[in-house]
Amino acid sequence: MKYVDEFRDPEKARALKNKIAQLMDQLPHTEKKPLLLMEFCGGHTHTLFRYGIQQMLPSSIEMVHGPGCPVCVLPRGRVDDCVVLAERPDVIFTTFGDAMRVPGSHKSLLQAKADGADIRMVYSPLDALELARKNPERQVIFFALGFETTMPSTALTVMQARAEGLTNFALFCNHLTTAPTIQAILDDPDMHIDGFLAPGHVSMVIGEQPFQFIPERYHKPIVITGFEPLDILQSIYMLLQQIVEGRCEVENQYVRIVQKQGNHPGLAAIEQVFELRDSFEMRGLGTLDDSGVRMRPEFAGFDAEKKFQVPNLRVTDPESCQCGDVVKGLIRPWQCAEFGKLCTPESPMGALMVSSEGACAAYYNFGDLPELMAKRQAHLDRESAA
Amino acid sequence: MCLGIPGQIIEVTDADNLMAKVDISGIQRQVNIACIVSEQHPAADCVGDWVLVHVGFAMSIIDAEEAQKTLQILAELGEVQEELDAMRQSATI
Repeated sequence: MKYVDEFRDPEKARALKNKIAQLMDQLPHTEKKPLLLMEFCGGHTHTLFRYGIQQMLPSSIEMVHGPGCPVCVLPRGRVDDCVVLAERPDVIFTTFGDAMRVPGSHKSLLQAKADGADIRMVYSPLDALELARKNPERQVIFFALGFETTMPSTALTVMQARAEGLTNFALFCNHLTTAPTIQAILDDPDMHIDGFLAPGHVSMVIGEQPFQFIPERYHKPIVITGFEPLDILQSIYMLLQQIVEGRCEVENQYVRIVQKQGNHPGLAAIEQVFELRDSFEMRGLGTLDDSGVRMRPEFAGFDAEKKFQVPNLRVTDPESCQCGDVVKGLIRPWQCAEFGKLCTPESPMGALMVSSEGACAAYYNFGDLPELMAKRQAHLDRESAA
Repeated sequence: MCLGIPGQIIEVTDADNLMAKVDISGIQRQVNIACIVSEQHPAADCVGDWVLVHVGFAMSIIDAEEAQKTLQILAELGEVQEELDAMRQSATI
């Protein structure tokens, strides 16, 4: 596949692996006190695991998996809101696939579907729009998930609905904003990240400027990264070069896609349809001020939160569920007591075991399971002895 | 959610509504091209473009020159490495 295969070339991966090892030799970090690099985006976590990239890195580098997985940070209460909307007899509830299995307080969307709700998986918001055209007597709701990557597609779809004069199409808007989320990690006293891999497709939309605050205010280097294995390895190499040379800036590794100024039509569409929320809840990070977007008042006719009654309750996770700590990188998936026991991909307790981009699912599906379970047991023994 | 896939635009099917047909490894589907169209690059000019497709939208044109530059940098990293290895192996001291 063009523009994919070339960025998986094992020979170039080997060259990068060697360069990375050489640079780490110049830094004081060890396996006991590793350099902590965070890949923010769930898509990057997925690539890391699929290609065994952590194993290619010296043990003096540890990749910390960030909260950039929209399904993983979906709070339980929000899933309950989806179920309430979906169970309305007049509604066709449409969603991306991975959101369907996230557990709510009583049920997931998949379980609600089994119980008779009209819930349909779609690949694109345009598919949901088509359903609205074809079913004028039903109310079609699209569960709008994602960081800035999916905001243009959602916004353009709503603008199309308005242009066609549809009255039976609405968004349940759960779009998240990247900069406040990264800032929450940087402000957290328990987190000590040395450098960041920035989400490549978010940057494709918003450009480089929104990440400037990271080197300027927090003095951490950040590299905008693509999604193939060579992209991630090259970004890690670029981060190490910055650290060794004492530089601290926003760099772009994903130059074949990301432009400094971002995507103009995408940004214009976002600006037309959405505005920043005063605050928004994310699993694990709590409620962040000036984060997340909602629809502007002039689009009220396409806003499910305005058209329908939504409980909007804050629901805490069960006590044993440590999704919150894993999602912000405070603990590794195997350090959660439920990992591999009560929480598995077949019967997930939390969102991180559901999503293909979730750290727990990645560890479970691609990691050495017996080894991880042994590490988990050792960790629990240490905790109970302490 | 971030999974984008490269494809090539083969036909503009609805210039007014900015829809085109894209070929992704032999599979063809409709995509919205609003994000790659501009005054300097109208819909008709998009045929033949390589684009990143995400949830039914062409989100960005893939810059062939930049892609080549990236691969060149990586190839050179490997070549320098090979040179150094060869020098190391042939060192007589």
